[in-house]
Parts: sequence; structure tokens; C-alpha cells
Amino acid sequence: MIQVTVNGQSYEVPPGTTILALLQTASVPENYLAVEVNADVVPRSLLASHPIEAGDVIEVVTLVGGG
Amino acid sequence: MNPEAGEEETACGSSATDEASILGDRPWVIGGRTLRSRLIVGTGRYDTMAQMSQSIEASGADCVTVAVRRERLYDRRGENILDYLDLQRLTLLPNTAGCYNATDAVRAARLGREILRTLNNPGADWVKLEVLGDSKTLLPDPVETIAACKQLVAEGFQVLCYSSDCPVIARRLKEIGAASVMPAGSPIGSGQGILNPNNLRMILENLKQGDPDYPVIVDAGVGTASDVAEAFELGADGVLLNTAIAHARSPVRMARAMHHAALAGRDAFLAGRIPKRLYATASSPQEGVISSRPYGHTGQAN
Repeated sequence: MIQVTVNGQSYEVPPGTTILALLQTASVPENYLAVEVNADVVPRSLLASHPIEAGDVIEVVTLVGGG
Repeated sequence: MNPEAGEEETACGSSATDEASILGDRPWVIGGRTLRSRLIVGTGRYDTMAQMSQSIEASGADCVTVAVRRERLYDRRGENILDYLDLQRLTLLPNTAGCYNATDAVRAARLGREILRTLNNPGADWVKLEVLGDSKTLLPDPVETIAACKQLVAEGFQVLCYSSDCPVIARRLKEIGAASVMPAGSPIGSGQGILNPNNLRMILENLKQGDPDYPVIVDAGVGTASDVAEAFELGADGVLLNTAIAHARSPVRMARAMHHAALAGRDAFLAGRIPKRLYATASSPQEGVISSRPYGHTGQAN
């Protein structure tokens, strides 16, 4: 297992886990989400092939009400 | 009397034909996109998603702003706002609300763009840039705002830029390529209305000089419908508001009031108000009055 940080919390994921696999654990459709790995956006086209590496800092965001 | 009546009919008929040209307005274009409504509304602080949807509908807005936040940490009901917004009809304007430095604001903008691109929403390249300098006043940090605006413009964003009502900062933001400058009427959510109309006048005069269609949007501080009307009467092209609707006792009714105020204020601006005078001017003819004047024609007591 490798250690990563997702939305500020530590998680362990199996090596080779892709970003897309991570998104599929969320409760909303994945097209409502965007992902940043180590402060860079991962484009949608690369989600399925982007492997998560040990120590990655990942942000998974969606849109919420705001002004 | 008949000929007069006939003339009147003709006049009425022709005015109906010319209604479009008399009552028309210039298209309202920001960053290359045309919006129907001059109100842009926020989507935050509603009691329920249904109340938000109804309020947006009543406001007539076809552009709404949304925030970018970590998934699953904010909505305890497990609802997603995207299920309550008509993405075919509404342009989403992602914002960088809550960011206190240029780096984070740029990150938020890129993430918002990524979501909207996936959803195929026309707002994908738009961002409401907001870089705050202080959590109590929520006033913008001008240095960080300018840095973030430059970066986002370079990355191809249409930046609708929240600013203070300082005319100098507003001019700087336009110079570096903001698609719209959005001066605050008063602090965000304060409901104080437009505290310094003279600053707003200066901003409008500066930014529209030789560029009359450059969009200036009053963002923040609206408390009630008359504040919206005032912004438009001063010459603002748009108004962006959220709390004044969401926290009104009846949000849907207030949304409708804002819709009417925007139409009224814009029409009043286009119509051109009369100058203010110290003394009265009679609306009824001076001749043929069956009463004598107590003080004569000079206005002086006899």
C-alpha cells in the first residue's frame, strides 16, 4: 500500500491505483469532479491512466453554492 | 375631436411598431458571450436546493456563480448543486471565493474550468476572480488580485474581477485584461448597498471612456431592490448578488423584486433622468387657471 493525502486526509491505496478509480469512490458522478495532483490539474482525458504515486497530495473538488 | 382621435390612433399604432427600437437595449456581452439578464446571482446560503432553483428562476438570471470546494465535505445532505441547476439554460460562473492569495485563486479557477469543460457549459473559460485580503471585511487584496488576474488572462480565462470601488485599481484591472471589473458596492453580504456612488461614477467614466460597452458589474453589498436599481441608474452594466436574495425572508419574492429592479434601473438609465432642481416646476399648464395666486407671479408676498 502507498500513502497519499486526499483533501487533507491521509489514505492508503494499492500501488497502481489510478485517479479515476479514486473518483469512483465518491458519491457523485465523476463528471462533477475535478482533480489536482500536487497542485496541477489532471485533465479528464488522463484520469484513467494517471497512476497515484506515494506521497501525492490530491485534491478532489466539485461545485457548491456560492456567491 | 374626431381628427385628433384619428391622429392619436395612428400615433399609438406607429409606436407599437417601433417598440423594439424605442425599448431596445444594446446586447449585454461579457468576454465574448451575450447574456439575456443583467443580473448575475449567487447560489450560496439558501436553506434548500429547491429554494435556490426557484429563486434563480424568479430572478430571471441566465448566469449564476458557483464555488469550487472539496467533494463531500460541505453538503451533509449528499446533494450536488449540479443536479439543481439547468445546465442547458444557465451559464455557470465558477468563482475563487475564499482564496487569500493569487496562487490558490489560480488553482481554484483551473479546477472550476476543468469541471465546466467536462459538463460542456459555456462558462468553462469564465471565472469570477476573488482574492480576499481580510476575513472580517472580505475586502479584496488588490496586489494578489492583480497578480492572479494577469496569470488567468495569460491562460485564456475571461476574468470577471471582483475589486474594491477604488477607481485606480479598477483601471489597472482593465489594463491587464479583465473581461469585466466588478467593484463592490459595500462589503460582501453586508447589505449596505452602494456606499460610495461617486467612486462608482468615476470607475464607470474611466473604464467606459472610448469603450462604452466595457462591462462594469456591481458585485457585493446589495441589500434590497433599490440598491440594484441605483447601480443600474448610475450606469452599471450588471449587478451580481447573492445574500440579499438568499437571506431575505422570502427569497423567491426578493428574487423577483431584484429582477424588476434591474429592469427598472436599466430602463431609467437608458431613458435619462431629469436633472435635480431646487425649485418646483409645474406639470399642469400655467394658462387658464381659474384660481388667482396668493403671492402673484413674482412669488413674493403682496
